[in-house]
Amino acid sequence: MDLIIINLIDGLIYGLLLFMLSSGLTLIFSMMGVLNLSHAAFYMLGAYFAYQISTITGFWVGLIVAPLIVTVLGAGVERYGLRRVHQYGHVPELIFTFGLFFVIEELVQYVWGRNMVPYNSPESLNFIALNLAGGTIPAYKIFMLLVSVAIFVTLYYVLARTRIGMIIQAALSYPKTVEALGHNVPLVFMGVFGVGTGLAGLAGVIAGPSLTTFPGMAFLLGSIVFVCVVVGGLGSLTGAFVASLLIGWLQTFAASYNIGAGDILLAMGYEYPKDVYYHPWRDLWTLTLPQIGPILPYLLLVLVLVFRPHGLFGKRES
Amino acid sequence: MKILKKLIGMALAAGVFISSGAFADTVKIAFIDPLSGPFATTGSNGLAEWKFAVEKLVNEKGGVLGGKKMEVVALDNKMDGKESLVQVQVAIDQGIRFIAQGNSSGIANAITDMVKKHNKRNPDKRVIFINYSAVDPALTNDKCNFWHFRFDANADIKMDAITDVIAGVPSIKKMYLIGQDYSFGKAVAAAAEKYLAQKTSIEIVGNELHPIGKVKDFTPYARKILASGADAVITGNWGADMVNLGKSLSESGYKGPVYCYYCASNGITATFGEAGKGMLHLVGEGLQNPSRPALTAYHKAFKAKYPKWDLSQPRIINAAQMLAAAINKAGTADDMVAVGKALEGMEFYSEILDTKVLMRAKDHQAIQNVHVGIHTNDDIDIDFDNSGYGIKVFKTVEMASMDSPTTCKMKRP
Repeated sequence: MDLIIINLIDGLIYGLLLFMLSSGLTLIFSMMGVLNLSHAAFYMLGAYFAYQISTITGFWVGLIVAPLIVTVLGAGVERYGLRRVHQYGHVPELIFTFGLFFVIEELVQYVWGRNMVPYNSPESLNFIALNLAGGTIPAYKIFMLLVSVAIFVTLYYVLARTRIGMIIQAALSYPKTVEALGHNVPLVFMGVFGVGTGLAGLAGVIAGPSLTTFPGMAFLLGSIVFVCVVVGGLGSLTGAFVASLLIGWLQTFAASYNIGAGDILLAMGYEYPKDVYYHPWRDLWTLTLPQIGPILPYLLLVLVLVFRPHGLFGKRES
Repeated sequence: MKILKKLIGMALAAGVFISSGAFADTVKIAFIDPLSGPFATTGSNGLAEWKFAVEKLVNEKGGVLGGKKMEVVALDNKMDGKESLVQVQVAIDQGIRFIAQGNSSGIANAITDMVKKHNKRNPDKRVIFINYSAVDPALTNDKCNFWHFRFDANADIKMDAITDVIAGVPSIKKMYLIGQDYSFGKAVAAAAEKYLAQKTSIEIVGNELHPIGKVKDFTPYARKILASGADAVITGNWGADMVNLGKSLSESGYKGPVYCYYCASNGITATFGEAGKGMLHLVGEGLQNPSRPALTAYHKAFKAKYPKWDLSQPRIINAAQMLAAAINKAGTADDMVAVGKALEGMEFYSEILDTKVLMRAKDHQAIQNVHVGIHTNDDIDIDFDNSGYGIKVFKTVEMASMDSPTTCKMKRP
C-alpha cells in the first residue's frame, strides 16, 4: 500500500513534467496545425543553458534566465523561420521543425561536448522532504511538482480568464476574423510559439538535474511527448494534462511491478518449462512488465487512435 | 595562373614524398574506435591515452628495434560493426600490422573473426589484434585465437573481484542485480549469480534487465530495489543509464553500496559529485588513488597535453609498453608469429600502475591486479572529469583470477 502511494507521487511528478512539454506543444499545434517536431530540442536547450548559467551564478538565476532565453529563441524561430515557410503549406513547416531538431541537437553537442554535464539540483533543496515507507522524496522533486502545478494554474488562468487568453483562443480558431477586429495575429502566433518553447525550456531546466543533462535527452523524451499530445487530443490543453498524468503513472507503475508473462501463463494452467533458458518460448516465459513498460504508451497511442481518433479530449476535425 | 597551379602541384607531390619518407621507418598501430557520433568521447579519450602512452613510454625511450618510432593511426569506426571491418581492411591495405580496438564486445567479436580469417589466407601480411577494453569473456574462451590479446580484465575476472569484496562484508545479506537488456548486462548478471552462490550465502532478491537507453525515469526501479530490502546492488550499466539509476537510488533513500563496472569518468564522476560519495564501488584495473610518484608524474604530463581527458583506460599503458617489448624481443615488426609468441606468456611490471601483468599464454588474457575503489573526494590525488572527485582504492586483488579456467583451445601457427 505504501509503495502504491509513493508510486502515485513519483508518477505525478513525472507526469507533470511531461505536461510542461506537452502543453506548449499542443498550443503550438492549435496554432500552426502541425506538430513542432523540434519541441524536445528546446527542452534540451533549456537544460544546457541553465547548466551553463548555474556554473556562473548558481541554480536560481538559471531557473529564471534560461527559459527566457529559450522563449526569445523560439520567438525568433517563428518570426524568421516558420513564418516564411508557412506560406508553402504544412509539409514544409513539418520538415522545417524536423530539420531544426537535428540542427539544435548537433549544435548542443558541438558546444558542450558529447559527455553528460554535471548539472545538479541546488544545495538548498538537497534535503529529504517526505519519508514514506522507508522511501524518501527529496525536496527537489517537491519543488518540481510545485513549479509544474504553478505553470498549469497560470496557463489555465491566462487562457480561460484573461483578455489575452480570449484573443489567443480566438486567433487559434478564427485568425482572419481576429485580424479584421484589429489584433496583430502574427504577433500572437510569435508569442504563443515563444511561450510554448519557453515552457519546454523550463521543463528542461527543472528536469535536467533529475533526469541527467546529456546529448540523448531530447531524443529520449521527445517521442513520448507526442504520445501525450495525440492521446489527449491534438490542441486540447485539458487533454494534454490528463494524458501526461496517465502516461506518467502508466510508466511508473509498469516499472514498479515485476509481473511476468510467466506468472500469467502459470495462472492459465501452463507448466513452467524445466530448463527455461533452452525452451523455445523462453522469451515469453521470462518477459516482465518493466521490460515492456517503455512501449506501453505507444500501445495506448495506437488504441486511442483506433477507438477514439480525436484523442481523449480532442474537438478538432483533422 | 597555370604556373601557380603547377607550383602547388609540385609542392603537394613533394609534401607527399617527404611525409611518406618520414613515416617509412615507423611501426604503426591502427586505432579503430568511435571518433564521431554518440560514443565519440569514449573513443577520443582512448585515442589520447594511446597517443600519449606510445609517445611517452616508447618513442621518448628510444622507440623499438633500435630507434624506430611507433605511431598511432586513428581510424573512425563510428561504433558500427561493418564500418569497423572496413577500417581493419583499410589498415591492412596501408601495411599496418597492429590493430587496437576496445569499445564494444560486439565489434571486438567481429574483428577477431576477421583477423583470424585474414591471417589464415594471407600468411605474409598477418596482423595482431590488441583488444584493450572489450570484456566479453567469450573472446578469451570459446572465440579465442592466437592473434587476439586482451589487456583489460574480462567481465568474469571483475565479478570475481567484486564478489571477493562482498563476501567480506557481513552486513550484506540481500543483493539486487539490475542491468541493461543486452549481452553484456546478461553476462554480468550470470557471473554475479555464479560467484555469489560459490562464495556467499547472500540471497538474490532481484535480478532484472531494463530496456537499454529507453528508461526515462529510474525512480520506480529505485523504489522497487528499496522495497526488496536489498543491502547492495550490482550493475553493469553505463552512460546515462548508470547515472540515472545511481541518482534515483540516492534520492530515494537507498544507503547501501552500488557495485559497478562503468561508473567513472566521461562526465559520470562529475555528474554524480556528492550524490555518489560512498555509494559507488567501481571495479577495474589501474585505479589511481592513492597515487605513486611514477603515476603522478605520468598523469601530470598527460593532463598538460590533454586537459580534457582522463586516464580512464589505464591498461593502454600496459598494452603500449608490452607491445613494444614484444617487438623488441622478437626483433621484428613484420613477422606476427614471432611478435605473438613474444607477447604470449610475457611477464611485465608496470611502474606507473604498480602491477605485474602476465599475458596468459593459454587464452591471451592479461592477468593483473584488479581493484575495487569508492567514489569520493577525500584523499584523491588523481580526480576524474576535473571534478575533485575520483575513485579511491580500498581493496586490491593481486593477479586476479590467475588460475581461472578457460575453454580456449588455441591453435598456434
